Formats: sequence, C-alpha cells, structure tokens
Amino acid sequence: MNARRFATAAVSFLALCAVHSPSALAQDKVLRIVPHSNLAILDPIWTTAYMSRNHGYMIYDTLFGTDEKNQIKPQMVESWTESPDHRLWTFKLRKGLEFHDGKPVTSEDVVASIARWGKRDAMGTALMTFVDRMDTPAPDTFRIFLREACGFLLEALGKPSSNVLFIMPKRIADTDAFKQIEEHIGSGPYVFKRDEFKPGDKAVYTRNAKYVPRKEPPSGSTGGKNVYVDRVEWNLALRDAQAQANALANGEVDIIEAPAFESIESLKKAAGVQILNPAPAGLQYMARFNHLHKPFDNPAVRRAALAAFSQEPFLKAQVGLKEYYRACPSMFTCGTPYGSPAGSDIQSKSNMRKAQELLKASGYDGTPVVLMKPTDLASIQKLPDVAAQLLRQAGFKVDLQAMDWQTLVGRRAKKDAPDKGGWNMFLTAWQAHDIWNPIANAAMDARGEKSGWFGWASDDKLNDLRAQFMRETDEAKKKKLADAVQSRAFEIATHAPLGEYVQPVAARKNISGFFTTNGNLYWNLKKN
Amino acid sequence: MYKFLARRVLSTIPVLAIVAVLVFLMLRLTPGDPAAILAGDAANTEQIAKIREGLGLDRPLPVQFALWAKSILSGDLGESFYFKMKVTSLIGQRLEATVSLATLTIIVAVFTAVPLGVLAAWRFGGWFDRMLMGFSVMGFSVPVFVLAYILIWIVSLKLGWLPVQGYKPIGDGLWPFLKHLILPSITLSVIYIALIARVTRASVLEALGEDYIRTARAKGLPESRVLIRHALANAAVPIVTVIGIGIALLIGGVVVTESVYAIPGLGRLTVDAVLARDFPTIQGVILFFSVVYVMINLLVDLSYVFFDPRIRY
Repeated sequence: MNARRFATAAVSFLALCAVHSPSALAQDKVLRIVPHSNLAILDPIWTTAYMSRNHGYMIYDTLFGTDEKNQIKPQMVESWTESPDHRLWTFKLRKGLEFHDGKPVTSEDVVASIARWGKRDAMGTALMTFVDRMDTPAPDTFRIFLREACGFLLEALGKPSSNVLFIMPKRIADTDAFKQIEEHIGSGPYVFKRDEFKPGDKAVYTRNAKYVPRKEPPSGSTGGKNVYVDRVEWNLALRDAQAQANALANGEVDIIEAPAFESIESLKKAAGVQILNPAPAGLQYMARFNHLHKPFDNPAVRRAALAAFSQEPFLKAQVGLKEYYRACPSMFTCGTPYGSPAGSDIQSKSNMRKAQELLKASGYDGTPVVLMKPTDLASIQKLPDVAAQLLRQAGFKVDLQAMDWQTLVGRRAKKDAPDKGGWNMFLTAWQAHDIWNPIANAAMDARGEKSGWFGWASDDKLNDLRAQFMRETDEAKKKKLADAVQSRAFEIATHAPLGEYVQPVAARKNISGFFTTNGNLYWNLKKN
Repeated sequence: MYKFLARRVLSTIPVLAIVAVLVFLMLRLTPGDPAAILAGDAANTEQIAKIREGLGLDRPLPVQFALWAKSILSGDLGESFYFKMKVTSLIGQRLEATVSLATLTIIVAVFTAVPLGVLAAWRFGGWFDRMLMGFSVMGFSVPVFVLAYILIWIVSLKLGWLPVQGYKPIGDGLWPFLKHLILPSITLSVIYIALIARVTRASVLEALGEDYIRTARAKGLPESRVLIRHALANAAVPIVTVIGIGIALLIGGVVVTESVYAIPGLGRLTVDAVLARDFPTIQGVILFFSVVYVMINLLVDLSYVFFDPRIRY
C-alpha cells in the first residue's frame, strides 16, 4: 500500500512538473535549426567565417544582393544613378528602413559601414583603391566619387558571401576594423537576442516586426525577406552528425543545414524528413600550392601536379553520391557568369601519363611535398589522401602530415620552409560566390608575400589582368578578361580546382518556403 | 582537524601555481595560431598579424604570462579570444549542465553499484556474483558512444520515450530537466557502476571474513543488519575513495557524452576552446578543474573521519 501511494505521489508530482513547466513560447512558431558549425564571432566584417556571415544575414540588411541568376539587385537601395564617365554614383535608400533600436537608417550609417567593410573584405579593399571620397547630401542619399571608372562597384556592394557589406549604425560601424563590434544591432528581418546567446549552446533570433520587406519574391540574397515564424533558434550544441540525423528524424529539430553525406540515404528514408538543395551553385574544392618553396616554387612542377589532379577521384572519395557532385574545369564556379573552361586543358584534358612526362621535364629534384591533412574536418578530410596518391603516381615524393584543422590553419600562415614548420600544399573548399570572379577569388591574388593569400602566388601578368578586369565596365569585355585571368592562372598553376559539390539541406516536411540561395538564409520559411 | 584543513587549503596554492605555469607553457608550445583561426579562411597574412597584435600574442611570453597571472590574482580568468566573453561567464554558463549530469550520474551509479556489490559479496561465487562480474567487464569494455547510440536508438527512436538530445535547465521545470538527462546519465553511469560495484564487492568480501562479522552473526543479528551496519560500514573507506575519484574524473570526462547528447557543458567548452586555440578559456577551465579536483580530494579525505573513527587529522 505504501509503495502504491509513493508511486501515485511520484507520478502526480512529475505530471505537475510537466504541466507547470514554463511554456511562454508554446504558442510561438519556433524554427529550430542546426547550423553547419558553432557561432562564436558575432562580427561578420571582422572575420570571413561563414557562420558569422549567416548570423549577419539574420540581423543586418544589405544595400544590394545577388539573385539566383547571379544578377545584382537592389535591397536597401531604392534607386541609383551613374555618371556618364562612371566616376560618380548616387544612391537613394528606400523608405521605412529602421534599426532594431528604433532609429532610422541614414546615409551616414551606410557610408560608415562601407568604410569599415572596405578595410577588411577582399573586394572591399580593391574597391577602396578606386574610391576618392563618399558623401551624404541627404539622410536618404549617399554618393561615391571614384578616381577612375570601376567595373565591379555594384558587384562589390552586393556580393553575397564573406565579407558581405552589412549595414550597421554609424556608432557601431565606426569601430576599428580590426576590433570586434560590441553591439549587434541591424535593420534586418530578425533581432538578435544577445541575452539568450550562449556560445556553443544556442543563438536566438526573433522576428523584427518593424521590418518592411521588398515586394519582389525572395531570390538569392535579394527580394522580400518575409518572416513567418516568431523565433529562430540555432542549436549550436548539436554537432555530432549521427545525433543531428537522430534529432531530425525524431522531430526535435526542423532543419539541418549541412547533414553529412553519409546520413543522406537514411534521412531520405526517415518519415517526415525531406532533402532539399536550395543552394545549387554549391562549393568548389581546391588544392593550394605554396609558391615560396621547393618544389612548387617552380611553375613547371606545379603544372605537373595540376595535370595529375583529375577531379573525379576527389569527388568520388569525398562526396560519394553522384547526384551531389560535378566536375568543373573552371577556377570560377561553373554556372556563374565567369565560369568557363578557358585555359583549363592542362588539367581537364590531361592524364597521369602526361603528368609524369611534365614532372620529368620540370627538373623536379625529388623534394618531398609536405601535404597537410586535417583529420577532424569531415567535409574535406578525404581529399588529401587522394591528392597524395595521385601525386605519388605522377612521380612526386609525398610527406602526408595529419593534424587538426586549426593546426593546419595556423601552419598555412607560416612562410617558413616545409622542413622548418612550413608546408607545400593544403586542400580546402569555397562556397561558389567566394571564388566567382577574379577579384573575389583569393587564390588568384598574385601579389606575393606582401598581401597575397596563403601560398603567396606572385605574377605581374596575372595582377595586370586582374587590374584590367577591375577597371573594365563593359560586361562582354569583362568576360573576356576573366577568361584571360583564368588562362594565366592555369598557366602558372596558382592552384588546382578539384571539382564542385552541392550541400543538401535536411528538413522536416512541415517546413516550406525554401528558395534558391547562395548560402543559408532563413526568411520566407513557413512551419505548418 | 582545523590545522589539517588549513594546511590542505593552503597546499592548493602551489598546486594551482604549477598547473598555471604548465598549462600556459604547453598551450604556447602547441601548434596552431588563434589569430589565423579567428581571421577566417579568406584572410591574408597581413590581416592575421594585425589580429595577433590585437590579442597581445605578439608580446614576449613572460609579458603575456605576467599579465595573465596578474588578472588571475584579481579573480579574473580573462576574456575568451574566440567567444569574446569573460571566461568566468563561460564557465558559469556551462557549469549547471555538467554538474547536473555528473550529479545524476553519480547518484545512479552509487545507488545501483553499492547494493549490487554488497549482494555479490554476500552471494560470493553464486550466479548473481558471476553475472555482476560479467556485467562489470562489459561496463568497462563498451565505449560510451556505442552505448549512447544503442540507448538512443531503442529508447528515443523506437519507443519514443525520451528525447534524442539537448539539455533543459532545472528552471524550465523538473520533468523537462530530468527527461533530457536520463539517457546521458545512464550512459555515463555504466562504467562507474562497473567500477564501484567491483570495489564494493571486494571490500565487503574482505570485511565479511573478519571476526566482528562472525560475532555479529553469533549475536543473532539479522543478515541485512550484518551486511549494512557491520560489513558495508567497515568497507566504506575504499568505496568512498573510488566514488571521490569517480566524481573528479566525471567532471572532466563527460566530453563524449556531452557531444553525443548535445549537452552544452564544460566538456564541450573545453573541446571547443582547444580546437580554437582559445588560450584564456583553456587556461581558465583547467585551473577551474584543478580547484575542483583538489576540493573533492579534500572532501574525500575528510569523509574518512566519519567512516573510520580511528582516522584523526
């Protein structure tokens, strides 16, 4: 009898606990998302990390955006004019723009945001070399005065990937570009709940009720940013691939941003789960040579490696599922305006025999290639094994060194010789719009040791072609110049493109409204 | 007693000082550059150098250490490079989840393992004893993540009784809190059940062979009283020692469980900080763990007085 009473009391107590647990959010529509990584840095201008960029898209708005057809379209801007000599650009902001603190967005906020971004972003810094000055003749109007005509001003202002030109209040945008901002107030579709943010646990965003979306349908990073949920929660703790799949199948989360390819087949079979492909532009794998040290200081040796790198083996090993990968001969992303096979024969029409001949003719002296392999980054960890095998087949000696990704990131910044802690090659992946033109593509920056990207390619001819591209305003001529840039990059083998893949998204079937984007954007989604 | 207490508390100071120096030096010798990690993939060497300068990592090591030591002495563990938050706040945010998981695990482990160990000793050589020993071998051998996935598959995905992942603070209600911790604590407790049950069995077995047990039985005391009041009480010191070590190990050993069940605890924080080469956070968390270890050991030592009146400090 006592035991029965105890059991009854215990059950009643637990039931009461369940009934009386806080349920303030019970009526709210909450979108529960598992992002591809942890969110740590909240300043999307200070870092190029994709998580910080995605956080930026939640809370900030942009002057322009890039639609699904890769066209630049206005976002915060209502209209703009360009002088006949292409040196004066006048922009008018649309009405109703307001920051989350209730203050209106003014042209002064915009100019301060451009100035800070222009000190950090690759296209931004390139743009600023053309900018003579900016001014604000009216609260809703700003002007950019250029020293000479610039062919990529709108592409820079509307670039969809890191670093995106997010508009912040002037007092925040005035922060030193090399210090992180402390306040996180934007004018975007969501408000960041700083008080609920727990790094490594969750990030919370609520609907910005005052946001006035554009009338156009959403497309890429442009169009109407309509929000149909009350709250978005990013689950930052759920990072184990199998645990993510289990949680989605069990209905505990709504969207997995980047499910592991190994989980796709089982998720397809799970009840209530759909697999989508909202970002068809995808990502490109890349092998980067270190141009400073033997053996890759010799372009002929780099070309031999390029010839050995047939893309299919990389894609097969890393992605595996044919429907999610494609070979692409371009260093720019295939399917984007400058994607072309120009100059790619050295890789795309080559084979192992040719690679062996090229290596023999290059004068390669048997210096081992120090190839860095990240063991903890599932999205690229198989690529170095394939690279090592192909290089060995071509006749290279390879020293494949395993390390965690963060060690690799630290080591690739070192210019020392490989036997003194440096390196010869690493592999990585880029989202399509980070490499889709000669200015954005960091691996084509051939300014050498001074300001170039890791690997420090140095080539005056390539720099000259890039500079011509920056100045050209005619689209047809820009296309030709992009082809010339790519041909030169293949000729000196700045790096090796290793094929492209798309990252599917897994979501519960009651989530609708996905649209074609170039990243992970969370407006227009409905939860039924 | 008070002298012992004061001596032990004072002895933590050199321990923590040694830990601080070792951790500081080890982190600086580890490959990886926090500035390069923070800057992102597209940053160039110039930008990384500026970030390094901003973090103070371009200063000589003794200067960096002196600044850190000074802030520790004023009770400040510094600011995380990666999360841009005070390390004390980060630890505070994560402490509840880890302490909750560790406490529930220890409760499950102790209340399961001690009775099982006593029963096995009482029925030494019998089927129950053999089964328990077999279970303990299995408990030691099965990796935590395998057990976790099996439990998730059966209990959450097939039966739908408990959630797959996550953590709810006790402030959100007792049942949501417990519901999210039941599977993780069972998963984590298995190895401790195996360990504590074995030690309990061995200690009680030894005690059951003593003269005072024969005397107690001769006096006609019921077997339950003989087992609990006489055998278990006298076998308590090694059991408490193992439980103490278990608690200390648990605090730092919950990483895998926290990862599989997506519990935002100190284990995950440590892993994130190590992966990001977030020096202030790693240093802070390790110092915190050191204090916890020292304190738990002190409590275990003090508890001997209650279990064995012969022990005096």
